[in-house]
Amino acid sequence: METILAFLTGLLFAAGVYLLLRRSIVKLILGVMLLSHSINLLIFTAGGLHKGNPQFTDSVMEAGLTNPTDPLPQALILTAIVIGFGITAFFLALMYRFYQVTGTEDLDELKEGDTK
Amino acid sequence: MRSQLLQMAASRLLPVTMILSLLVFYRGHNDPGGGFIGGLMAAAGFVFYALAFDTREAEKKLRVSPLMLIASGLSIAFISTLPALFAGNPFFTGEWVSISLPFSAKLKPGTPMLFDFGVYLTVWGIMLTVIFNIMEE
Amino acid sequence: MILPALPVLFPLITIIFLLINFQRREWQPWIGLTGSLLQLILAVFILIRVRYEGILVLHTGNWQAPFGITLVVDAFSSIMILLAGIIAVSISIYSFEAIDRQRQSFFYFPMVHGLLMGVNGAFVTGDIFNLYVWFEVMLMASFVLITLGGEKKQLRGAIKYVTLNLVSSLFFLAGIGLLYGKTGTLNMADLALKLSVANNNILINSSAVLFFVAFSIKSAVFPFFFWLPASYHTPPVAITALFAGLLTKVGVYAMIRFYTLFFVQDKLFWHPLFLWIGGFTMVVGVLTAASQYDIRKILSFHIISQIGYMIMGLGIFTVAGIAGAIFYMAHNIIAKTNTFLVAGLINRATGSYDLKSIGGLYKVRPWLAILFIIPAFGLAGIPPLSGFFGKLILISAGFNAGEYVISFIALAVGLFTLFSMVKIWNEAFWKARPENSGPSEGENEKLPVSMVLPVVFLGLLTLTMGFAVRPILDFAMDASLQLLNPGPYIEAVLGSDYLSH
Repeated sequence: METILAFLTGLLFAAGVYLLLRRSIVKLILGVMLLSHSINLLIFTAGGLHKGNPQFTDSVMEAGLTNPTDPLPQALILTAIVIGFGITAFFLALMYRFYQVTGTEDLDELKEGDTK
Repeated sequence: MRSQLLQMAASRLLPVTMILSLLVFYRGHNDPGGGFIGGLMAAAGFVFYALAFDTREAEKKLRVSPLMLIASGLSIAFISTLPALFAGNPFFTGEWVSISLPFSAKLKPGTPMLFDFGVYLTVWGIMLTVIFNIMEE
Repeated sequence: MILPALPVLFPLITIIFLLINFQRREWQPWIGLTGSLLQLILAVFILIRVRYEGILVLHTGNWQAPFGITLVVDAFSSIMILLAGIIAVSISIYSFEAIDRQRQSFFYFPMVHGLLMGVNGAFVTGDIFNLYVWFEVMLMASFVLITLGGEKKQLRGAIKYVTLNLVSSLFFLAGIGLLYGKTGTLNMADLALKLSVANNNILINSSAVLFFVAFSIKSAVFPFFFWLPASYHTPPVAITALFAGLLTKVGVYAMIRFYTLFFVQDKLFWHPLFLWIGGFTMVVGVLTAASQYDIRKILSFHIISQIGYMIMGLGIFTVAGIAGAIFYMAHNIIAKTNTFLVAGLINRATGSYDLKSIGGLYKVRPWLAILFIIPAFGLAGIPPLSGFFGKLILISAGFNAGEYVISFIALAVGLFTLFSMVKIWNEAFWKARPENSGPSEGENEKLPVSMVLPVVFLGLLTLTMGFAVRPILDFAMDASLQLLNPGPYIEAVLGSDYLSH
């Protein structure tokens, strides 16, 4: 399972980087999203994959189930997803605004202001 | 172009979504669910309403401005951290009181739930602010 | 013991009040100012407490370390919180006039306080994932601030800024994930403990490098600095000043914290790397600044160059070196913000930031020239201003540690900094006004008091830091000693029970 997820992480990362290198802002945003998903998978995999029971819920406590799994990686990922959600929303709004102002979504439009 | 059917459905669905969102929020205390998802669901109800009518109608239906939802959500979340200080525990400690109700039912409201309600309101308000603003463009 | 949480709570409460009174536009700046003044007072109080009582620790929610999120304030954090408070007050006063009503009505003040909340949170937290969250709070607020107003060039700068900072956050997150996978803990003190017994450098360095890249992008050091000059000159100058003062320094803070507390095993790899990177950062920043003619761009490139000095202090890794880095950071936050604020005044007076189209200011407003000289020559390192002592401490620490090359580079870069500052001075104040520039609108207007006041305040601080080097340096030395002997920090966080088994 780890191997599959490792490859999936790599694949998502590669796809994200590829999209970042394209010229369109929409693809840039999609690229950032893919990167963030790949990092989430990375945390999930690095946190350890093993079968176990959930922790802390009433039903589990009552049944006295042992062998709990580590809930922390999922909590981290959840936080990261929520943050990513906010940032994606912001980025989309930014892109929309940029499109309104410049009438294009070509990243070459950004060149100005860099060197001068 | 407003669809009658959609308007009908939206105005009937709004109370249902609200109740459902509160249920999800309440359930989140011990099971999957919680303030964040509840807030998103509440926002979804109003966004659907705004799609069917328009944002102004939805804001009228909401009665308070989404900004006030955010402000009150943040305040509630902040206030929920304070009881711990009076109980002499470190900041943010969860505190519970037990209230006995008739028919041997027990209610255990605590600060985590209050905090979660703050999250609920904040998420609801922020989602509405964002989406209404974009829809009005 | 709620004290360590208060630097985060004060901005939060300010935001709540700002939102509740959002319709009362004329109250907004006043609420913002009150909030930042309270924050400054709190910061002074915390500094005194830390000075006399040692490290302050708060286990939030009564979850003991390493399981819960621990907030820790040691000497280094308390210095940074104080600096954030000073900048907060200056920017709040400056914003009364410098930020137009349009921008104020688009959540300017709540966002400034959101940024301060993130910055303060990053300074107090003792948990690496929590640090990530505060970074994101800070970044979200900065994203909004940099795009506020939605001008074309702002959007251009913002897309670069947002993308690069997101990528850096992702590296940060990846580092956290890998480190958690290896050690099973996120608490900084616990990490220090666990990594001190680990003897596999390759395993540790794989995540250490991810953190290094993440913080390097945030603090704009050598190979990763390009987003900063591309975006910092676009928003209104009050926002740029806030960013210039605080944002990059949070990256440096995190770097110093990480590489003195727990990534300390592989000295042979990291310290030369820091020295190289520091040297390159200084040189590249200062040389590119020399070719610019927009005041804000010159100053932006100098931010990069001066980050190099702090990284150099970290690379020297002696008590004096780190103390020098802390002292230099304190000097730089104040002086850098101040130069940007003065640039805003110059713009008010002449209507332009372009050195080619302004001039003759000395004749018209001699006192503005003095206000510029204090921070600018402070940055260049002219005695008796604070920058001179910052550089002196760093360079003498470098010589004492036998790092001659970097010390000579630092000396040379100081000269180039002086060149840039003298250039601004010559072009803006000294040379005659260009013929073709017509009279600008703000020509004979008085500059608003609210914009001059923070400049005077920060200028006085630069002077004070120059004249009262001894007590400030002593405190920086204390902070540096605490950083280099993390034993008491670890014990304060984890408690002696945890350490004994």
